[in-house]
Amino acid sequence: MASTKAAGAEIKLRNSVGSFAKNAPDLATLGPVIALVLAGLFFSIKSDRFLTGGNFSLILQQVMVVGTLAIGQTLIILTAGIDLSNGAIMALGNILITKLAVDAGLNPFLAIGLGLLACTAFGLLNGGLVTTIRLPPFIVTLGTLNIAFALTHIYSNEETISDLPAALTYLGKTFNVGQTEITYGSLLMIALFGIAWCILTQTSAGRHIYAVGDNPEGARLTGIRTRRVVLTVYAVAGFIYGIASLLLVSRTGVGDPNAGQTDNLDSITAVVLGGTSLFGGRGSVAGTLLGALIVGVIRNGLQLIGTKSIYQVLITGILVILAVAIDQLARRRKA
Amino acid sequence: MSDKIAMPGSVGPDGDRSTVPLGAATAVIEVARRPRRRPVRGWWRRSAALLVLPTAAALVLSACGSSSDGSASGGTDQAVVGLITKTDTNPFFVKMKEGAEKAATAKGVKLLTAAGKFDGDNAGQVTAIENMVASGARGILITPSDTKAIIPAIAKARAKGVLVIALDSPTDPQSAVDALFATDNFQAGVLIGEYAKGLTGGKSVKIAMLDLAPGIAVGTLRHNGFLSGFGAAEVSGTASEPASAASVVCSQDTQGDQAKGQAAMETCLQKDPGINLVYTINEPAALGAYTAIAAAGKENDVTIVSVDGGCTGVEAVKDGKIAATSQQYPLKMAQRGVDAVLSYATDGTKPSGYVDTGVTLITDKPVAGIDSENVEFGLDNCWG
Amino acid sequence: MRGTMDYRAPQTIDSGAPQTADSGRKDIVLEARGLVKRYGQVTCLDGCDFDLRVGEVLAVIGDNGAGKSSLIKALSGALIPDEGQILVDGEPVRFHNPTDARRYGIETVYQDLAVAPALDIATNMFLGRELRRKGPLGRYLRILDKPAMKHQAEQEMSKLKIGLRSMTSPVENLSGGQRQGVAVARAAAFAQRLVIMDEPTAALGVRETGQVLDLIRRIRDRGLPVILISHNMPNVFEVADRIHIQRLGRRAAVVLPTECTMPEVVAIMTGATSTGGPAPAGA
Repeated sequence: MASTKAAGAEIKLRNSVGSFAKNAPDLATLGPVIALVLAGLFFSIKSDRFLTGGNFSLILQQVMVVGTLAIGQTLIILTAGIDLSNGAIMALGNILITKLAVDAGLNPFLAIGLGLLACTAFGLLNGGLVTTIRLPPFIVTLGTLNIAFALTHIYSNEETISDLPAALTYLGKTFNVGQTEITYGSLLMIALFGIAWCILTQTSAGRHIYAVGDNPEGARLTGIRTRRVVLTVYAVAGFIYGIASLLLVSRTGVGDPNAGQTDNLDSITAVVLGGTSLFGGRGSVAGTLLGALIVGVIRNGLQLIGTKSIYQVLITGILVILAVAIDQLARRRKA
Repeated sequence: MSDKIAMPGSVGPDGDRSTVPLGAATAVIEVARRPRRRPVRGWWRRSAALLVLPTAAALVLSACGSSSDGSASGGTDQAVVGLITKTDTNPFFVKMKEGAEKAATAKGVKLLTAAGKFDGDNAGQVTAIENMVASGARGILITPSDTKAIIPAIAKARAKGVLVIALDSPTDPQSAVDALFATDNFQAGVLIGEYAKGLTGGKSVKIAMLDLAPGIAVGTLRHNGFLSGFGAAEVSGTASEPASAASVVCSQDTQGDQAKGQAAMETCLQKDPGINLVYTINEPAALGAYTAIAAAGKENDVTIVSVDGGCTGVEAVKDGKIAATSQQYPLKMAQRGVDAVLSYATDGTKPSGYVDTGVTLITDKPVAGIDSENVEFGLDNCWG
Repeated sequence: MRGTMDYRAPQTIDSGAPQTADSGRKDIVLEARGLVKRYGQVTCLDGCDFDLRVGEVLAVIGDNGAGKSSLIKALSGALIPDEGQILVDGEPVRFHNPTDARRYGIETVYQDLAVAPALDIATNMFLGRELRRKGPLGRYLRILDKPAMKHQAEQEMSKLKIGLRSMTSPVENLSGGQRQGVAVARAAAFAQRLVIMDEPTAALGVRETGQVLDLIRRIRDRGLPVILISHNMPNVFEVADRIHIQRLGRRAAVVLPTECTMPEVVAIMTGATSTGGPAPAGA
């Protein structure tokens, strides 16, 4: 709920500045905030189990993997790219980390390091193909999606890896704030969102990412090394997927070769629900966090009130179309 | 609030249900209607309303869905039971859900259902377990997608006093759950294997095996059961790897899908046109195989056997497309599961171990010495 | 010459070239001698000369294919000529890309403006050379100094009398003329020697065109010479101090707008009159 408040404060801040400033950022932030608040309100009334600290901690814990993937996805979409491979890269990372630690008997931290390295390398591969051969990101990541998926299944031999050393599942452990159990992993996700937010809004690197997605040729003419920006974004995204794979391991307690198969689309859903434009150059990670939470809240809430889980898919579908429609409208208005 | 919801059909709670979210939506529309100076500022407010209205509508819609689900729901002392299937789409699980719903309505138990997005979606099942525990479920019935990966989540739920029963597929190890309510998939394979042996007599056979997918226990058990029953291979019911045999000329994975079953059979016939016995993992795969065989004009030379006992499958047995099928009872599994959770909620008795929900051989061409039921029996007891 | 502009990015200062144009040696800021650029059989620049003097607005006009844009690209670093020489304050230089030209204090306002529409005005002003906070926050974490950028953008806007108050509104919310204003202000803020403007009035209405022409005069009045590429003859005559007429890849003539008429200029441009017409002004 803290994030909702923060976003609310941002709106007030924006409203206080000149009248021109009120359009796109407001909409991008306000839509998801309203949807989230409304869903929260609705479920609080329908179920007395919804509005509890424990349940919020649970929702955070349930969105931490897709939420973390969605940070990388946001960076890439801001450069007008798309990443279909993130779930598969994460699955590869999760198999590498667990299998290296359990079967190969490596020091767990070394295994984690190698997993992060492999995910970053995949990100670099995506970025390299996009920037040097100038292939469309959709095609590049469709290819690497299949490559990472196949490598995962070849290396894992289709087997789930269990009996993990404690260091690998540390992020799944909890600590208590009052009565509420909070997992370290969900804190890590929120910290990553905070870092990404700072980089995007407070540093020149962040401004360059927006500029490259918004007007690549213009960005080049102002002296921004656009290819380097894009390459770095894909590599950083790969690293973030590595962290997501560690979170996945800690959450499920196993290395699962079948993990993450729909997470690429789920992460895109979170980004789009958060008001980030698929055309690049506009959006925010704060929105992405809201987007991920909307999906998590609806899934959790519907379960609490005893509704079939398929309704979550229905509502998510409606929201995605609305979010994209609003983005399109905004672009047409401003063309 | 929850007491009001307990009165299904009465005006009060229904009114409550619809006014709450709509009220919130109206408030937003009022914001949108406040006078504005700049036309460019107005449109996002309209869009915001646009975003909010259908969301509210969808929530109301889903709430209505829940009101029919939980029509028998009531006070806080009512037992809540969760059912988590592998997917929402496979008819086997649809039937299982139906069985659970019937039992829940009859016993006045509140049923929560959830499913993975695809077969093998462990994370989705973990999330469902957590949410069900959060919503106060006393017991959870689950068909695990990944028999190993689900175990930590099950352990957490059991640590909170929730009864967990595996349906249809055992976990690995089986002791990770309180009890397993399942059909014996190895035995299901054995039945059609023995039947096929009796039907073909001493003739030489060339077998095609249309399997499920690598590494999935159900597929391996049925496969090994068939080979064991047919006497083609010495393999026990605990083997975790699919066995092979000299008389098997072709093995293909079908994911239990009709189109893939057809493609697999076409490939097999290409490999060896002399195939005369086909084992299929389930009836959709069998029907796919039949299409391929009929297209090759060999429908009178080839015998197809299958497992599941869905209504479409039994019809296919009636039509002579499939010679025999081993019928299983997903409805029964779910009903017994709901009963078990209810008795745990009322007096704390826990079921334990493996509870066999049975398997029956269905055929209209019985073979002497092998117990079977006819198609009428099959249709009376079929699912899907 | 413009000591008040203390917020230039560091790289624009240590260019190694003389700092000011009016250091007394010559009054020519930018000069080109015998530029040649060929693409296969096509010759775009055929021994083209060019000079820009201190404190003037020099219009560059020419028919399509006269080598106008090739000349401008060579001067702004977007194109590397095959032959010839470019001199900044009499010193020979070589530009390999627009950043090189920028190091010599040459800023260009491109026809598509090179702005990021979704970003705000202040960010666009400093795109690619953002100001960082003082101290470790800026040096190691590369945190932006947003208040300073906003403040200096406001200052630049008010100096050039561009009527934009909120530096935090996205550029996409501005009118065409206002966007042009942002791009021009950016060039003026960072230019140490001169500003090149490529068709700045092409997409504008009458009133906004007038505002942009005023803007060009104000930049000149601040001491920055301006190279103006335009198709619009009345605009050129209204604002230019001299007119460089490009024809067949060369400088056909340089004329003073006060000493010749539009039809005469058009005649030189199209080749109806030989370059012997009005004497090249000030040559």
